[in-house]
Amino acid sequence: MDYRTVLTTCTYCGCGCGLYLEVLEGRVVGTIPCKTSPLNEGKLCIKGWNIHEFVHSPKRLTHPLMRKNGALTPVSWDEALDFTATRLREIRDANGSDSVAFLTSAKVTNEENYLVQKFARAAVGTNNVDHCARL
Amino acid sequence: MIDKIKMEVRQLFDSGKIEGFLGLREFNGHVGPHLFTDGADLEGLVLGDRKAPGDSRYPLNKLLITIARQYPNETFGVLSRGCDERGLKMLFGSNQLDPEKVVSVGIACPQELADACECMKPFPDSYVAGQPAEAREFESVARIDAIGLDERFKSWLGEFAKCVKCYGCRDICPMCYCPECTLGGRNLIDVGSLPPESPVFHLTRALHMAGRCIDCGLCSQACPADIPLRTLYKKMADIVDEEYQFRPGFSDTTKPCLNILGEASKH
Repeated sequence: MDYRTVLTTCTYCGCGCGLYLEVLEGRVVGTIPCKTSPLNEGKLCIKGWNIHEFVHSPKRLTHPLMRKNGALTPVSWDEALDFTATRLREIRDANGSDSVAFLTSAKVTNEENYLVQKFARAAVGTNNVDHCARL
Repeated sequence: MIDKIKMEVRQLFDSGKIEGFLGLREFNGHVGPHLFTDGADLEGLVLGDRKAPGDSRYPLNKLLITIARQYPNETFGVLSRGCDERGLKMLFGSNQLDPEKVVSVGIACPQELADACECMKPFPDSYVAGQPAEAREFESVARIDAIGLDERFKSWLGEFAKCVKCYGCRDICPMCYCPECTLGGRNLIDVGSLPPESPVFHLTRALHMAGRCIDCGLCSQACPADIPLRTLYKKMADIVDEEYQFRPGFSDTTKPCLNILGEASKH
């Protein structure tokens, strides 16, 4: 028997509602709002209630893709990161630091958002940082 | 109280009567549903009384349907309050769970919870722990009934206007097991638009609670807009009781009352 409830945080927006995902035989089958989460107190919006549905979606990106000859092609993380770093440096050197902007996300953790802004300011040298949840 | 429950669950495992126990567990600082599969490891098992009695209750019966379908040969114990037991009876009656495969481990609710719930029977038929609290009348229903019809209707429309159409009342409901839901039917409900059609959306659900709602109150707790759904469904239960002499989980028959044709079918 393999039925587990896994405590996690909703990734749909920046609120951070607490929820349990029901996992049956390794597959996520349901969502239960966490009663003791101080933020949402056992409540969810319609997106949160259905968050289990996207986990196994075949439409999800599971590896980096790069456009080569007009077609998205799976590549290794090393290749994707090397390409991004090289192009970022080229663009910055040619046009200045403020020619680059960083858009962070509600779907990642506070720590990851911190890293993005730190990278933007310290590594690239721009204050052009914005966020998808600044509606 | 928790020790008595743990002892009972351990005995059920040891005697081979159950292969799993669906209860609540405090883990990582939160209380949530958990399937215990080893009688020797019941660490963290709690009753859902974290800061106040019954403040972290979950629709365990509903989760049990999912589990029982996956493991039809296993027998499961499940933590049951009075409302949960009423739910079990109804789910047995509508063939959603097999009574031969479910062992209810009952607890009686404290008076504080029974008062807050206005519960007509705050304890299961048999319980391992707790003292039976006194039943309470539906005072919330009486308060609303005391208002004149026009004002009452206006008051409900005001409540429904707060709805964000999250479907949480349905999703948390232990009696909402239908594979196809009327509230998701495009022919009846404008599913993709906000706000929901008022009062059709809410009254449709209320009608579907007729002869079903076991008054656990999880819908009201799950509502982000604090719509007093429980009061609405309590009223619905009163109407059904008056018309059909049937109250879900209380009556001898556990078949939903609207499934019974009654005298009219004999003509």
